Amino acid sequence: MADARRKLDIGLESGPVGSSRIHDSAPKHVAGEALYIDDIAAPEGLLHAYLGTGMIARGRLLSLDLDAVRAAPGVVAVLTAADIPGANDISSTHLHDEPVFATESILFHGQPIFAVVAETRGQARHAATLAKADYAEEAPLIDIAAAREAGGKLVTAPLKLERGDITAAMAASPRRLKGTMTIGGQEHFYLESQIALAIPGEDEDMAVLVSTQHPSEVQHMVAAVLGVGSHAVTVEVRRMGGGFGGKETQANLFACVAAIAARKLKRPVKLRPDRDDDMAITGKRHDFVCDYEIGFDDEGRIHALDAVYAARCGWNADLSGPVTDRALFHMDNCYFYPAVRARSEPLFTHTCSNTAFRGFGGPQGMVGAERFIEEVAYATGLDPLEVRRRNLYGGQASGEGLRRDVTPYHQTVEDNIAAEVIAELERRCDYQARKVAIREVNRTSSIVKRGIALTPVKFGISFTATWFNQAGALVHVYTDGTVALNHGGTEMGQGLYVKVAQVVAHAFGIGLDQIKITATTTGKVPNTSATAASSGSDLNGMAALDACETIKRRLTEFAGKHWQERPEDIAFLPGRVKIGAREIAFKDLIAAAYMARVQLSATGFYATPKIHWDRKAGRGHPFYYFAYGAAAAEVAIDTLTGEYKVERVDILHDCGQSLNPAIDKGQIEGGFVQGMGWLTTEELVWDKKGRLWTHAPSTYKIPVASDRPRIFNVHLLESAPNREPTIHRSKAVGEPPLMLAISVLHALSDAVASVGDHRICPRLDAPATPERVLDAVERVRAEAGR
Amino acid sequence: MRESLRFLLGDRLVEIDRCDPTLTVLDWLRLDQRMTGTKEGCAEGDCGACTVVVGRLDRGRLRYEAINACIRFLPTLDGCQILTVEHLKGADGSLHPVQQAMVECHGSQCGFCTPGFVMSLFALRLNEATPDTGRIEDALAGNLCRCTGYEPIIAAGRRMDEIAPREADRFLGEREAVAVRLAELNDPETLVLRGEAGSFYAPATIEALADLVSAHPQATLVAGATDVGLWVTKAMKRLDPVIYLGRIGALRTISDEGDHLRFGAMASHIDVRTALAALSPQLDELMRRFGGEQVRNAGTIGGNIANGSPIGDLPPALIALDATLVLARRSEAGIERRSIPLESFFIEYRKQDRHPGEFVEAVLVPKLSDGVLFHASKVSKRFDEDISAVCGAFRLTLGSDGRIHEARLAYGGMAGIPKRAAAAEAALIGRPWDDAAVAAAVAALPQDFTPLDDMRASAQYRLKIAGNLLRRFLIETTQAETQTRVAGLLAEAAHG
Repeated sequence: MADARRKLDIGLESGPVGSSRIHDSAPKHVAGEALYIDDIAAPEGLLHAYLGTGMIARGRLLSLDLDAVRAAPGVVAVLTAADIPGANDISSTHLHDEPVFATESILFHGQPIFAVVAETRGQARHAATLAKADYAEEAPLIDIAAAREAGGKLVTAPLKLERGDITAAMAASPRRLKGTMTIGGQEHFYLESQIALAIPGEDEDMAVLVSTQHPSEVQHMVAAVLGVGSHAVTVEVRRMGGGFGGKETQANLFACVAAIAARKLKRPVKLRPDRDDDMAITGKRHDFVCDYEIGFDDEGRIHALDAVYAARCGWNADLSGPVTDRALFHMDNCYFYPAVRARSEPLFTHTCSNTAFRGFGGPQGMVGAERFIEEVAYATGLDPLEVRRRNLYGGQASGEGLRRDVTPYHQTVEDNIAAEVIAELERRCDYQARKVAIREVNRTSSIVKRGIALTPVKFGISFTATWFNQAGALVHVYTDGTVALNHGGTEMGQGLYVKVAQVVAHAFGIGLDQIKITATTTGKVPNTSATAASSGSDLNGMAALDACETIKRRLTEFAGKHWQERPEDIAFLPGRVKIGAREIAFKDLIAAAYMARVQLSATGFYATPKIHWDRKAGRGHPFYYFAYGAAAAEVAIDTLTGEYKVERVDILHDCGQSLNPAIDKGQIEGGFVQGMGWLTTEELVWDKKGRLWTHAPSTYKIPVASDRPRIFNVHLLESAPNREPTIHRSKAVGEPPLMLAISVLHALSDAVASVGDHRICPRLDAPATPERVLDAVERVRAEAGR
Repeated sequence: MRESLRFLLGDRLVEIDRCDPTLTVLDWLRLDQRMTGTKEGCAEGDCGACTVVVGRLDRGRLRYEAINACIRFLPTLDGCQILTVEHLKGADGSLHPVQQAMVECHGSQCGFCTPGFVMSLFALRLNEATPDTGRIEDALAGNLCRCTGYEPIIAAGRRMDEIAPREADRFLGEREAVAVRLAELNDPETLVLRGEAGSFYAPATIEALADLVSAHPQATLVAGATDVGLWVTKAMKRLDPVIYLGRIGALRTISDEGDHLRFGAMASHIDVRTALAALSPQLDELMRRFGGEQVRNAGTIGGNIANGSPIGDLPPALIALDATLVLARRSEAGIERRSIPLESFFIEYRKQDRHPGEFVEAVLVPKLSDGVLFHASKVSKRFDEDISAVCGAFRLTLGSDGRIHEARLAYGGMAGIPKRAAAAEAALIGRPWDDAAVAAAVAALPQDFTPLDDMRASAQYRLKIAGNLLRRFLIETTQAETQTRVAGLLAEAAHG
């Protein structure tokens, strides 16, 4: 393994694109020299803010006595809604449902009511606990069941996808079954908690350093709460210590509070919540309840699928609309439903406002799809993998001339490779033989049972909010031939910066060491989209390339005139520029071009083609392309305790023509383990009062080193360039691999099913904690009469 | 009495005259020294982003241990060497082999956890030659990474000694010289430090400790601070005064006393594991899963008992083993000692039988005699670095008639204190060790326990598991060929 990795790392392939370059910050990471916001030398006069939060989940704030807070040592100021110069509103979807500070109505336990600013963070944090508040408390609606029972108030408009006549198709189906699946949420657990540092300038200027995936939105929010134009606010982020969607909108609060304090006090202000407060205040992956009815036949083919996806959205809309939409967009995974209806139910609850998280609802939709398959498999007695295969998009038409390639949202799947990926992985990991062997072992192993499952992934790439599919870049070439690169994408560990730098290096034929990757800032590239939806390298790589091409056109024109050569005889080759018969160094060309007054800086822009989406009609072409993959997991469960171990995982994943195989492999492995955590040990628990019980790593258990499969064979699909002309024909890789972990849930299910001779569908919900696994074991045993 | 704190930061001697008793190592590094390489991820010792390596003298030998800087109080490192991620690069700016391995293996993504992983691997390299994958996993059990999925970090752990041989490591080369310097700092004087927030005492002898506890009965006694640290970082408690037990060499000793082992209260979990492993592989596995490596290095047997947690992992095992607790205090005649069965120390939730002025001095653990069956199991959501939903430890003594003569069934997580299952034990007595005996004990468990629902498990699951662990015990003692564990040392041993 170590040898394989070393080989990857050498990266002496023909050019920078497609080679396994190390993460640009890796040498700094390992030396503790990479600066995160809390590491930056404090500006003179720095103060520290801390949030004061409500202690009930639902009710009215009757009175708030902040005298003790003000009197606490080191306190400089206390801020409430009255201190906000602009709007007390940071609703990212402009529904005006997210105040910075609550004024009367308290909607979740941990809602910010005020902030205190002090000389030290410790002083501010301590002072924040001294507020005395009186509340008229009401019983909170904590979960989906309670929200439905209370009338099912929604935070945003629901979505319905429908194709075919579902009622008729369901009625005509040879067999039907109904079921419900509960799918848990997930805490991001980025290692660097939320943080913002606001530095006031002259006029109304405010510079904000913030750990965010969406600098432009922070800029807009800070401008709005300060009541100034966006041009007065500059937001910068060099790197995040992890994001995973948790810093797409959730950084807004911290940035805005720091900025409000900085404006009021005319001093720099930093705000960093303690881990426990971060976990209590910020939103998480939505948990879902999926109620489904499946019409199918004895051959395991699905005829009709009708499902409702209810989500716990929390106290405001945030991104719950698009998240629940994406769940519906992935309720098919790789499978064709001849008739289908899917409805979302984005429910209001008195809990933190759930938000973006790697996959953005897609994983929940896809987990449902795999449950449907499993239901059909157990109902028909067919092997689940065979049922998967029989329902894939494409293949034989089903009689009435219907094309088997149209999704529930009426987009035709044009790039389907699911069948090939599944077949290749099945062969490589020896799935069928291992399955037989596992069944055999289980016969004699009375306590420990093994299970295996192979599940595919098809994930739609593009923001479903079509306008977000744009990006800008700024490339400067300095007179010594070195390059400064800037774009709207943010670096959260995913390797975006190095990938885009590889694109630029390739374009100019220069080395990566000639390129300085500069911090993302709204001052250089404006009006950017969140680095989200796996889109970072697709969008920013293309925008940067566009900027490079502009500069290259100017250089080519200059060189053609200067050396009297035709433009088509000028080429930017690795390490040199070919100008007719002559070859010169890039930096020499640049020096000459400068003297000839050629502009050596350019902006670049990209907007994803082909996509459109009519939400009201539930029709369109929301995704530019799909990314595919498949995983086979083998597990062992202990039927006395429900404990389990993932013993082996094989993955084959489609990155198109990878820009950087090592970085992509890191995304696949990391995404898989994160998804595995979501579906296994990561359980969010709220008490009846609406307090998050799992608010720290001591109680919320993400995978550790020993949880990863010891046998972990991860391969990128070879010779599979993107069929769309994306940046160097690569594919987005941030989110899709997370869903490969669904194989673990199904391997666990397979192991559970063994106690009932694989006759009873385990209906194992997520997260499959040891307790849930044991419950499923006992239920299957009882139903099987054993 | 000495009134200044002294330690080495890298190779620099630091002396501090005024210091708050609960100033954390992390805050001192980041805020005072502006050494920001060490990160705060959770401030509760669970994520490992703050990992630093501490060199301390152990019976004259320099020993390196990874610890969590976020919950460790700076004054407790008197006489030690602190090594942070900033100390690793060579004088020429070259990366240390651990760092180089992490870079080559693509072991960092967002990079925030990385300094902690580097320091945990660094400690492993200093302590062990060619660790296998299992050992690397154990050494990293206290480090969370949310990006990589760990595979490349494990690969770095395997790779580091290939980059440069361990024996050639600069830090191992300096070991003797550092030991000499630390020996000069380790005096028999009581360290007394004053700070704005209170006083800190670190006696070097049991007699001095007894005097201090007697003089300050309200003092917070600190051992490894793996729990007390959170009182400060999470509950924001002000502790004054603090009496630290870690400078007393006599409290760290572990000795074989023939029919029992004697553990000084300050014996760390990592050392306790080694000693208990000799009694039973079940104890080895239980202790392997105790916290993360940083907590196993810092936490102590005495602290795990004295803090009275209902879910501490050691008390159930020690109660099942019929351990004796030795409490000591200052009396007019000298040191007055009191020995009690460990189980009677736990009175109710967070209330223990500790008299004013008393401190835990030692734990006496009987060895397992022939014909005795022993079992220890911990069930938690995650195998490593998690807190038990249920921890069960059982000791059965079978007579020559094959019947159960004595039964000690101890559980954690089932009540407000670690507690024996008296009714289930009674149900076992006089029976042969078989399915019927287990069934009788399982049927009696609801009389012994009314567990709670919490974020770790439901009451129902806890009760079910409490019974099923007895079933596991029976199978493991009567059907050696049956696999009962899916992870850990016992599963690996079963796999061959």
